[in-house]
Amino acid sequence: MTDPITAAARATPAPVARRIRGLSDRAIAWLFVAPTIFLLLAINIFPLIWTIRLSFTNYAANRPNREVEWVGLRNYERILTDDGIWANMQTTAHFLLWTLFFQVVIGFTLAWLINRKFKGNDLLTTLIVLPMMLSPAVVGNFWTFLYQPQIGLVNYVVELVSGIPASSFSMLGPGGYAPWSIIIVDTWMWTPFVMLICLAGLRSIPDYIYEAAEIDRASKWRQFWTITVPMVLPFLMLAVLFRGIENFKMFDMVVLLTGGGPGNETLLASIDLKREAFEKWRTGYSSAYAIILFVTVFGLASIYVKALNKVKER
Amino acid sequence: MKIRLMAAVSAAALSAATMAQAQGGELTLCWAAWDPANALVELSKDFEAQSGIKMNFEFVPWPNFADRMLNELNSGGQLCDLLIGDSQWIGGAAENGWYVKMNDFFDAEGISMDDFAPATVYAYSTWPKGTPNYYALPAMGDANGWFYRKDWFARPEIQAEFKEKYGRDLAEPQTQKELLEIAQFFQGREIDGKTVYGASIFTERGSEGITMGATGALYAWGFKYENTPGSYDMQGAVNSPEAVEALEFYKELYKTGTPPGYDNAYMEQSLDAFKSGQVAMAMNWFAFFPGLYADPNTGGDKIDFFVNPAQNVAASTLGGQGISVVANTDNMDGALAYVKWFANPDVQKKWWSMGGYSCHKAVLEDPNFVNTAPFAGDFLQAMGGVQDFWQEPAYAQLLLAMQERLHNFVVADQGTAQEALDGLIADWTEVFEDEGKL
Repeated sequence: MTDPITAAARATPAPVARRIRGLSDRAIAWLFVAPTIFLLLAINIFPLIWTIRLSFTNYAANRPNREVEWVGLRNYERILTDDGIWANMQTTAHFLLWTLFFQVVIGFTLAWLINRKFKGNDLLTTLIVLPMMLSPAVVGNFWTFLYQPQIGLVNYVVELVSGIPASSFSMLGPGGYAPWSIIIVDTWMWTPFVMLICLAGLRSIPDYIYEAAEIDRASKWRQFWTITVPMVLPFLMLAVLFRGIENFKMFDMVVLLTGGGPGNETLLASIDLKREAFEKWRTGYSSAYAIILFVTVFGLASIYVKALNKVKER
Repeated sequence: MKIRLMAAVSAAALSAATMAQAQGGELTLCWAAWDPANALVELSKDFEAQSGIKMNFEFVPWPNFADRMLNELNSGGQLCDLLIGDSQWIGGAAENGWYVKMNDFFDAEGISMDDFAPATVYAYSTWPKGTPNYYALPAMGDANGWFYRKDWFARPEIQAEFKEKYGRDLAEPQTQKELLEIAQFFQGREIDGKTVYGASIFTERGSEGITMGATGALYAWGFKYENTPGSYDMQGAVNSPEAVEALEFYKELYKTGTPPGYDNAYMEQSLDAFKSGQVAMAMNWFAFFPGLYADPNTGGDKIDFFVNPAQNVAASTLGGQGISVVANTDNMDGALAYVKWFANPDVQKKWWSMGGYSCHKAVLEDPNFVNTAPFAGDFLQAMGGVQDFWQEPAYAQLLLAMQERLHNFVVADQGTAQEALDGLIADWTEVFEDEGKL
């Protein structure tokens, strides 16, 4: 009587058995990794290379019959010398920096306050994180109504507090309020996300460190700056990285709130890029635009990640 | 034996069903989601009954219509067999081979373009413009017009106050400047205990709104796209003193005669403002007028209509569409049969009676036409002086450039009208240079 393993080995056709037996560990590893690499190449790398190629042409995706010309660096030159695009970049930077500032300050403060034991702590945390569970489309429409000059709650409250007639100004219209209005909405929606990450950071600090500081008679203020802040900093930086990348490509919520207007006051780079690519159909030009944005985000993110690693190593 | 019999019966039934489907088949007609589309669904039931072809419809809301449909055509999709596409698309659709050229079909079926209003044939069917190369059958005539609260205009106290202020009776404006005065007169006025405003106009930034609205003023002042048609010579035409004055007028109308927060408004917002009793006047496409007239709260004897007032010339912004056969259809015979059926004068008469704006002379030249609806006469008058935006293959770039320039000046208060129009020429020149036309 033969054992089952021997029987199975005998049943395996000789060439196949030899092939599998002959594979090195490295080859087997490649065999397992290959499908993922193939997908990565097909879905990420190939489109990127194709986009780079298109960025040097005048290709328009809606004009299949038009001859595609190689235009060299003309698309890049046009973009980098276009005042309108630089203005959009400034609008994006304004949105990015102020949302990050408010979200970090408010998010950290909320986390610090909530990181204590009190009755209703869990319920309060759940209520605070509600906005980030909503769809950006819902948030955009919802805040459009809140900002409506005649029936909106925001204008009504301003009138109640200041006496300024509600219908005399528009938060999403001309007057310079629109860039701040979108910052308010993004902050309202995403501060809970920063708060949660900070909360995770705060709760990861072992109690014995604070106890040791207490024994050394360190003040609460000193404990905060020498223990809490340094130990939460990597978490905070991670939150800034996530929110920074998300807000650099912010699209849906702002389109619903202002559509980039009034004029170009809230025209973020991502909205402008979409218009160039899928409304004006300047595929070559928008490919160059996308590459410039990609390099910008990639470059900034790389520098930031290095800084984050240094902070973590401390 | 029993099993064999059942199999034979099943095969016969399947075969019969397949044959029936092949004879009739299905068609999908794509259009924007609005009142006339609903009327077309009803009208098309006659075609279904006659032909045995089942009609499906794909209606997309206006703000997404161009994006959705142009993507569909561009990707070679087979969603639509028939498309009622915007007039500006015809250049691109013809050059890219998205629409079937219909000359041979029209000749074979005896469909004559002479039977349709010339302005609609020019705008909705031909490419290159004005040449006898037809890519669509005029389906839905339309222009931008105005409507107002007739009941408010008729109130003696309002009449008296207006006459005292302007020295004339409050009536439908005959010029753009009269329109502005009326809008300013109603702005912030208390009527029935409610604050009302002058007019709702188009200010939308994202798609085509502010261009369609502002061109109502620009055309009325005599705005031209080129000094000589086909020359792309825009300097002095696009930024003429009349064009500058017209654009300044539109901004003044926006600033002094529209409801608060009205900075990104198009068709829907205009309708809402009027139906909710916020405004005395509103601009919108004639296509909506049957629905407005039928509205139980603000329609009937409370509403009346007028054509876009002239200033230097009588002119209106063209809307409307032609019906085209999508080249990629897998039911070409069915699609052409639908066009043939739709071109029939009797069908066109029914189309008008159901709320569609026929472009057929059998309808428009009927002596009784102006009595068929309170806006019928205005529609005829408007269609006599319509002007359209560029219909170039690069129309989307041209349109978005104008949207940006106009919105920046009118709504966002940036720069002057002269700078906006000079900038527009620079933008358009760049597009035409890229196109190899300059």
